[in-house]
Amino acid sequence: MNTTATNVAARLQPVIGAAHVDGSSESCAKFAVDDVAPSAVARPTSPAEVVEIVRFSKSEKLALIPCGNGTKLGIGMPPARYDIALDMTGLNQIAYYDPGDLTLSVDAGMSLTQLAEALAQQKQLVPLAVPFFEECTVGGTIASNIGSSLRPVYGSARDFLLGAEFVNGAGTCTKSGGRVVKNVTGYDLHKLLIGSLGTLGAITRLNFRTFPLPEGYGHVVGTFSSVVSIVRFQAMVSKSLLAPSSFDILDPEAARTVAKFKDNRDSALPSWFTPGEWHVCVGFEGAETILRRYSSELVQYAQKCGASNYHLQDESDDKALRSALRELVNLLSWSGPAATIFQINTLPGFTPDVPALSGLAARFLIPSYIFSNSSGPLYFALQPDDLNDKTIGSLAHIASGVFEYVAARNGSASILFCPTPLKHVVNTWGPARNDAVLMRRVKNAFDPENVFAQGRFVAGI
Amino acid sequence: MLAENTARKPLHREVIRGLQNIVGASRVLHRPEDLLLYEYDGSVEKGRPGAVVFPTTTQEVSQVMRLAAQHDVPVIGRGAGTGLSGGALARTGGIMIVFARMNRILEIDLENQRAVVQPGVVNYELTRAVEGAGLYFAPDPSSWKSCTIGGNVSENAGGPHTLAYGVTTNHVSALELVLPDGEICRVGSRHGDSVGYDLAGLFVGSEGTLALVTEITVKLLRKAESVKTLLAIFDDVDGASETVAEITARAITPAACEMLDGWTLRAVEDFIHAGFPLDSAAVLLIELEGLAEEVAAQVAAVEEVCGEHHAREVRVARHDAERELLWKGRKNAFGALGRIAPSNYVLDGVIPRSKIPQALRYIQQIGERYNFKIGNIFHAGDGNLHPIVLFDPRDAGQYQRAIEASAQIIRYCVEIGGALTGEHGVGMEKNELMPLLFSDDDFELMRRIHDAFNPQSALNPGKIFPLNKGCGEITPRAQAAVRAAPL
Repeated sequence: MNTTATNVAARLQPVIGAAHVDGSSESCAKFAVDDVAPSAVARPTSPAEVVEIVRFSKSEKLALIPCGNGTKLGIGMPPARYDIALDMTGLNQIAYYDPGDLTLSVDAGMSLTQLAEALAQQKQLVPLAVPFFEECTVGGTIASNIGSSLRPVYGSARDFLLGAEFVNGAGTCTKSGGRVVKNVTGYDLHKLLIGSLGTLGAITRLNFRTFPLPEGYGHVVGTFSSVVSIVRFQAMVSKSLLAPSSFDILDPEAARTVAKFKDNRDSALPSWFTPGEWHVCVGFEGAETILRRYSSELVQYAQKCGASNYHLQDESDDKALRSALRELVNLLSWSGPAATIFQINTLPGFTPDVPALSGLAARFLIPSYIFSNSSGPLYFALQPDDLNDKTIGSLAHIASGVFEYVAARNGSASILFCPTPLKHVVNTWGPARNDAVLMRRVKNAFDPENVFAQGRFVAGI
Repeated sequence: MLAENTARKPLHREVIRGLQNIVGASRVLHRPEDLLLYEYDGSVEKGRPGAVVFPTTTQEVSQVMRLAAQHDVPVIGRGAGTGLSGGALARTGGIMIVFARMNRILEIDLENQRAVVQPGVVNYELTRAVEGAGLYFAPDPSSWKSCTIGGNVSENAGGPHTLAYGVTTNHVSALELVLPDGEICRVGSRHGDSVGYDLAGLFVGSEGTLALVTEITVKLLRKAESVKTLLAIFDDVDGASETVAEITARAITPAACEMLDGWTLRAVEDFIHAGFPLDSAAVLLIELEGLAEEVAAQVAAVEEVCGEHHAREVRVARHDAERELLWKGRKNAFGALGRIAPSNYVLDGVIPRSKIPQALRYIQQIGERYNFKIGNIFHAGDGNLHPIVLFDPRDAGQYQRAIEASAQIIRYCVEIGGALTGEHGVGMEKNELMPLLFSDDDFELMRRIHDAFNPQSALNPGKIFPLNKGCGEITPRAQAAVRAAPL
């Protein structure tokens, strides 16, 4: 630790009060990012305190990382410098909620579960059905832009985030957008915050459009022996008049993991699980008549496309299945000492190429899982038995193969979670990008002195 | 007096020759009589360019940008000129790039529901090109039969059906851009989930102040199985506006929910003969889309709400022709109003849906106070008000009062939790009202973003940012716009 970083906690205390600063090594260790621990944890309870912390960091040339509950701090590259963890969980209230207008303004540090409970009282939701749902904050969910399994029907965060307030690197509290459902006043800066991983500022408040809770839910699970049949099924559903709320494709191993997740609760493998088969889980929501129609048509399509089997979920099973599908990334990220998960962004046309990914891992005898999440990202998870130099070497080879394979098919890939040593040999954000120069311009505008999350993002940002 | 910019000097002959060398003499306009058309758009503002150029390729756009940079001349992009906030006007003169001849649909990818288009493609033409496959492009501004997708992207345009499907930004996944120094770059991706910052999200709606858009990848939606269009007729305006608030509160989500007040619909009916009842105080045009079962349930729910708020009658369009006629009445309403007053000023405030009744009462009071007839025809479902102030621009006093009355209404929208513009953009119409919503710190950050891409204000100067509020320092050119702008 250099002298500037020495006694950070002691120097920060007069700025926001001793009660809001924690310099204990135990607390700092909890906020470590890729084995780099901060020198202090700052716990603001208001945007004004966040402003003071950022100004202090700027003047002292220290580096900050805004944190929620820390569930996704593993995403991104190791920090180039990290002095203060900015624990945003002290900003945790619903600032404004107009159920009659279906709009909401919430502090970034509020947990998603608390928010969901408050909205459920009005029979509404913010459609962020994301991994780590039980633990994560609203701000962390937006800053990481981790995929929501409700995306096909509600869109991704950029479709229902109406505005934001945040403290930028200049140490001022600024806003973008508003709290109305339609608004083109000024630049859409809040869209830049989505997925920015804390590199542009500390999000203090987020404004969302809310939606009515559906009357009911359902799933049809079809099992298929080949991806070719799944491609046909996917195309048939896509061209139909149905608009499913989710469409998850699971390879046999991923399906087994989902089945086990349910097993934890019900002590029995669900009847739909068929070893060795690919599983497709199509979710839908609405009134009873709608659920019936979806079930009946989806089963017909599955049969026409050569499904080996199909299963209709009943109401109680469906809740568990939805949770398991939502949490699959979470489950696999903890599945071993060297668990590595790629996020691959492609269009449905990529599906026929999916099995080739397993081939990349099989060459190194590393077990792999493939699942696509609701027409959004495809996840490719690797689960080596050990963490050693040989494993890291194999993972690096596979990463380079995945990046190349996906780029050749007009997609983009990044590594969502992996062991820290891999990050010393592979850039988790994938190959260099043509728009990196533009991204650096955005970073410089928001954070001219590089106070926030140094070195963690795309293009060394 | 209408906003007329007179502080521009003509373009140097060398610039005109340079433009002619790039695109050919037949695609450059520079004589004053040829430029007249391009000093207008759909707003009440004016601003004449020094030259108009019609490129056909991205390379030509890039070359024009480089030429303009060499000569320190501003550049303004323009689609069909249907915008309502002066976004496509040359406030400080310069070169206007009109994208009318970059109007090809480059690719349609039915499997992945994407299309790649040049900026000059007319919005409706894209839907026509894909409707045979059961797809359509969702943003549908009233001007959809003439406005261009490039213009939609610049202004982040909306339309009636954005209530259910979102505005332009929700349907754009990638862009090709030309920066002020002529550099060509691409942002976003065909799938729409690129790694890194959402640059496409930043550029959509930036009103041509950061870059020029030369190619757009859009998402296409699948047409719904069932569409029902309802006309709910009310004997008082409050009943109609309370119905809208209640439909929202009950979380019924129509594809569109439009309101026309009685005075406006009579003007429209006289012209379009859409079947609007002449003796009503207001009507709601509500469209419900989805699976047949879903739509049937929603129709029943909407009819119930209308009944509770004393709708005199709820008619359901019996067939496509009847439905199209109702929409024709809605979409051509602004044109119809042109028949009864020399000019009209269409506002674009947006408010929380729960506050529509009180906002409409306020607008009526403002009309009485300023002695104007103010019509209301608007996207009620998403709280996007379009009060229309009818006035005679030849009477300077009337124009000034119309502007004052309009500013009062927009201020009120902000006071009750709304915003300055829902879909028309800020442009040179509302830039001086921006401080109602944004602080100096907000402007400072927006200025830094502006300068990150357009440091010399070479692109569309004098737009979005207030010019008389210290933001004039944004660039010397914007200062020039302050001097040029009328008081």
